[in-house]
Amino acid sequence: MYGRKVKLRFFFIILFLFSLILSVFLILKSLEENVVYFQSPSDIQLLEEIKYKKIRVGGMVKENSIEVSSEKINFIVTDFKNEISVVYSGVVPNLFAEGKGVVAEGYLKDRSFFEATKILAKHDENYMPPEVNEALKEK
Amino acid sequence: MKFIFKFFEPNKIFLITSKAPKYVMALFVIVISIGLLEALIFSPEDYKQSHSVRIMYVHVPAAWISLGIFSSMTFLSLSGYIFKNKNFFLIAKSLAPSGFVFNVIALVTGSIWGKPTWGTWWAWDARITSMLILALFYLMYLVAWRIYEDKDYVLKVTSIITLMGIINVPIIKYSVDWWNTLHQPASINVLSKSSIHSSMLFPLLIMTAAFALFSLLIFLMKYNTELIKIKNKGLDRL
Repeated sequence: MYGRKVKLRFFFIILFLFSLILSVFLILKSLEENVVYFQSPSDIQLLEEIKYKKIRVGGMVKENSIEVSSEKINFIVTDFKNEISVVYSGVVPNLFAEGKGVVAEGYLKDRSFFEATKILAKHDENYMPPEVNEALKEK
Repeated sequence: MKFIFKFFEPNKIFLITSKAPKYVMALFVIVISIGLLEALIFSPEDYKQSHSVRIMYVHVPAAWISLGIFSSMTFLSLSGYIFKNKNFFLIAKSLAPSGFVFNVIALVTGSIWGKPTWGTWWAWDARITSMLILALFYLMYLVAWRIYEDKDYVLKVTSIITLMGIINVPIIKYSVDWWNTLHQPASINVLSKSSIHSSMLFPLLIMTAAFALFSLLIFLMKYNTELIKIKNKGLDRL
């Protein structure tokens, strides 16, 4: 039905697209370390050496772990497998709370202690009115 | 095939597309009025972020539309290249400006939302960065049409830009699942249950319809301009 040229052009597009996808995939695969915005406490445990380099650690703020003193705030970031305690002095975002997602930017002291220079709250994908949340809590 | 080529005669299309904008405009005004009332007044506030959830009713539809338009532009450009039909390229060209505008709106509203929620205006996470890359592809596409005088050449250049940019579209979609990102994962899933309450989903869908109508309106205006340009050059066929 279609001419030879049409088929060839179609074949060319498929080939071009395929090689493009493959190269982008390989690039992203090799850059994975930099593509991720933060590392989980479990990733930190697997680190071979601790460098003095700015990194981000993310996870959930452990329940009942926030301790506020006059100069700094201490809390524990967990991914429910491993934990890391974080110290930070400065203003935290409004949505920063226990049991919610957090991303801390700063320097790793050792595998279980992190000194943050910036705290970001991570919002989850749940959207609901307050009444629904109350109803869910009661259950 | 013959029927399709007949259908693509500029004069016949122009008869339809020159009348359509006013109806689309009327429909757009109605839908955006309902959408804004729902989004800004009637929809409830969120349990965690309270009123800043309302930014989502602009942010999410804008992002969807810009992704949808880029995908359509790629499909049209490639079909135009394979079947050597210039009309497809003109449709793609006319779609691009509204796609770009919605892409920028998604980035800007995301930034406005990010400041009170995350605590930062900008983060180089995979979702946000890939969305910025899409905006750059849109910009390249639009600029390419202005740079090249040679018509055959510009069609090839813009096709290649869409072909390279389309790789980015699934990356944007799945970036939140593949990598750790600051951006939250998708709330709306076609196959499984959505994690957004129905009272918030409804205004979101209306706003999406409104933005789609707006894109259609801008597309029709742009497309009419292109057809008039062809007519003035005395060309009967595309």
